[in-house]
Formats: sequence, C-alpha cells, structure tokens
Amino acid sequence: MAEIIVEGLRHVYSAGTPFEKVAIDGIDLTIPQGQFVGLLGHTGSGKSTFVQHLNALLAPSAGRVLVGGEDINRDKKTRHDVKWQVGLVFQYPEYQLFEETVFADIAFGPRNMGLKEDEIAERVREAAGFVGVDEELFDRSPLELSGGQKRRIAIAGVIAMRPGVLILDEPTAGLDPRGCRQIMDNICTYQRETGATVIVVSHNMDDAARLAERLIVFDRGHVAMDGTPEEIFSRPQELIDIGLAVPQATAIAMALRERGVALEGAIYTHEQLLAAVLRAKGAGVC
Amino acid sequence: MLKDVTLGQYFPGDSVVHRLDPRTKLILVIVFIIGLFQAAGWLSYAIVVAVTAACMSVSQIRFRTIFKGLKPMLFIIVLTAALNIFYTAGTPVLPGWIITWEGIERAAKMILRIVLLITGTFLLTYTTSPMALTDGLELLLGPLKKLRVPVHEMTIMMSMALRFIPTLIEETDKIMSAQKARGADFENGSLIRRAKALLPILVPLFVSAFRRADELAVAMESRCYHGGEGRTRMKQLKLAARDLVAFVLGAAFLVGMFVLRHYGL
Repeated sequence: MAEIIVEGLRHVYSAGTPFEKVAIDGIDLTIPQGQFVGLLGHTGSGKSTFVQHLNALLAPSAGRVLVGGEDINRDKKTRHDVKWQVGLVFQYPEYQLFEETVFADIAFGPRNMGLKEDEIAERVREAAGFVGVDEELFDRSPLELSGGQKRRIAIAGVIAMRPGVLILDEPTAGLDPRGCRQIMDNICTYQRETGATVIVVSHNMDDAARLAERLIVFDRGHVAMDGTPEEIFSRPQELIDIGLAVPQATAIAMALRERGVALEGAIYTHEQLLAAVLRAKGAGVC
Repeated sequence: MLKDVTLGQYFPGDSVVHRLDPRTKLILVIVFIIGLFQAAGWLSYAIVVAVTAACMSVSQIRFRTIFKGLKPMLFIIVLTAALNIFYTAGTPVLPGWIITWEGIERAAKMILRIVLLITGTFLLTYTTSPMALTDGLELLLGPLKKLRVPVHEMTIMMSMALRFIPTLIEETDKIMSAQKARGADFENGSLIRRAKALLPILVPLFVSAFRRADELAVAMESRCYHGGEGRTRMKQLKLAARDLVAFVLGAAFLVGMFVLRHYGL
C-alpha cells in the first residue's frame, strides 16, 4: 500500500545564485493510506512545492520521500514510475489538454504506462465515470467544451492511471459554486470507492472543513498546524495570525463568543453552529 | 530549469550609463561601431580598447559578465582568426611556413574588432531595460512615420513580445510538469520520439498564447487603445546634461578615429 513518509524535506530554488530561495524546510509528515487530507496555506507558503515532491517532479535539496516504503528518488526509474502511484492534478489543469478528442486526452496517462488498448479503454471509461463525463463527449475536441467539463476531463486524465494517491492543487479554483461542489463530490466518490489517499490543496476553508479528515497548515515553508478539522478549528486565532481565513461557521461562532455568548466545542460547519446556538439558547445564555 | 535561461540581458543598476537616455545610448553604440571600423593601426585599436574599458568601469559591468556573453561567439572568433592566419600572404614566420607575420597581425586585429564590437553592443543591452530600448527606438525611428512606416505598431509589438517571454517560459514549465505527472517522457527515446513528445507541450502552449493575445487585445481596446496617433507616454524621455556630455565625448571619439585613420595609425 502507498503510505507516504516525508523526512526532513527541504527544497531550495535556484540554489547558488543571488535568487536563491528556501521554499520548504524541515518537513516531517506521515500520511497513511486512504486518508483524506486538506493542505492549507498562503500563496508562497510552500504547499505547491511540497506536493510536487510527492511524485518526484521536484527532487529534494535535503531529506527523503518514501512512498510504500521505497525512496522515490532512488534512481531514474523510481522517479518515473512513482507517477503511476501518485497522481498529481495541477492548478487549472484544463490548460494542459492537448489531444484531438476527449478520449485520447484521458488516455494519455494510461498510454504512457504502456497498457494494452482494451485496458486503456476500460480505464478511460472508468475515470470518466468518476468525474461524471458522459461517453457521448468522447469524440469531441476537449477545447470546445465548457470550463467545468474541461476541468473534469483533465482530472479524469490523472484518475485514469488509477493512482493510489491522488493530489489536487486547488481543484475548484475559478469554478462556480455548483461546479465546485460537483468536483469535490467526484473526488470523494473516488476516494470512497478505491480507498485511495486524497490530498487536496485548497484555499477554501469550508470545503476543507467539510471533507477532510486531517488538515495540514503550511506557513512560510514549515508545517504550522497538523490535526483533525476539529483540532485545527478549535484554534481559529492561530489560523488568522498565519493570515488564513476560517470557515464561515467558525467566524460567526468567534463573533458570538466575543459578544458573550458561551458556545461549546469546536465549530466549523453550519450544523455544528446551529446545534451549539440551540444548546446555548436552551441553557438560557442568550 | 527553464527559468534559469536569461532572456534579455539587462542588469539593473544605477550608474551614469544606466541613467543615460536610451536614445543617446543607441546613437552612441552606432558611433562606437563606426569609430571601431575606422581603426586601422595599433594606436587606434588601443584607443578603442581604452574607451571600451572606460565605459565598462563607468557602467559597473564586470569583465566576467562580458566574458560570459562572449562564450557563445567563441567559435566564430576562432574561425575568423584561423582563416586570417592561414590565408594572408606575406613574410612567413619561419621559412617554408604557411603562417605569416601579416596573417598573425591581421588575425589579432580581427579578434579585437569582433570582441570590441560585441562588448560595445553588450554595454547597451546590459545597461538598458528592454522597455527603455523599444521606447528609444520608437522615438529615434519617429521620422519614418512620415513615410507611412508603422513605427509605433512595430515597437509596441516588440515590447509586448518581450513582456510575454517570461510568462510563456513559466507556462511551458507548468505544462511540462503537468504532462510529466501523466508519465510523459521528454528525455529518453529516439529523436523522432522526443520530437513527438513535444506535442503535448506545444499544443497547450499555443492555445494559451492565443488566449492571452485575445485577452490582451480586449483589455487594450476596452481602455480605448487605438494605435499611436496622439498618444502620450507615462514616462517621458528627456535629454539631460549627461546626455549632452555623452554626445560630445562620442563626437570627439568619432572625429579622433577619422583623423587617426587619415594618418593610418
């Protein structure tokens, strides 16, 4: 299975030049198989650099990355083959579509794996199913579809490799609320049905709070916070100090507490907020 | 890795040369080249070398930087030198040798001339930002507008192209990583296979370049851009006292070179 272990990871861009910049430093993390992880952080906090180490797109300046117990940077072959195990969907992936048909574009990854045609076709169909792309679209050009559809096709292109770890960098950026929800639901379905590890890099605290079972907060190249949403959002002030937003429900709860309403427990979803307010009302505090 | 490629060789700085008007610098480079080609004898070469060295020290450009820029030209320099050494008639260095004293002298002068020529133009591009260069070029070529040459359009195209080079490099980098994440292999295989592997990069790159061009055109039009007619600029180029000084020095250099040539020095 594909447990990810990161030890003492450090990455320096343009080392040895005047433009040298330490992007991440001293990252130690273990992500067990099947976990749904939300990766939070500012622009420039190093989260994108970090995820590119997990499939060996970037080589660490120091430290190791182990996937399934094996050092992925051991040699050229492991660096190449880890891409099948760890699928990475970049930000705005629709800009990377290039094939003439939707089918061929989704098939690009499996074809690079050297699979047989019928296996490729099966995987393309399966991946398209996960992201809700209709088979009628298979012969169309991906460039003439809508933004949301393009995004889903691009995600399917990575899912078609059946990665045990699926990483998505801001998968919902620039989509309308409905598109966002659909894509997040698609990702959840993939995780539930395949038991894959999913790591979502996101700015959207509400999504992160709702879906992830573990949140990792990056700040200036270090892991600032790591825990369940409950643990993280019970310390909202730290998030705000780092310069991140908190979920709507947490913000409302903070404002209420400031005004003297005693709400109990960690609050980061609307349901929790509602329940806490009703409890407080029952106790006669407000 | 693509980011390490330096495009446009501008080195930001704050020397007098950096602050000179780009028009002055453009004209002075032309003056320098004309002067350089008047050099015949060793004395005039020595003067050109001294002038170049002086310009370098004033503009705070180190010799190492220039040398780096010269490296790609090494082949041409060596080839020219070799041809001159072997194909110049005169007194042989040793009896029976094909190499002549005249050949050696001419080769040495040729090398000097090429190196100085490159150094002179480098001084321009090292000390002038690409944007300032195109601005200066537009103003210098301004009179051609009378002849219906679309000078403004040409220069704005040039500055836009320069503006988008870093953007496109970044984009290429991103697309490459994304296709690598899907197992694309750009390094192994035969030449044809590697050429084919470029397709997944080139197609999205072109698509995005066209999209960007389109967006830029809309953005410019919605801000009422309609060509050069009656346009004013945010940064007005003004000639200062230092430009006058530079022109006087340039003129003196040019006259001096012509005089030296007259006497064959």
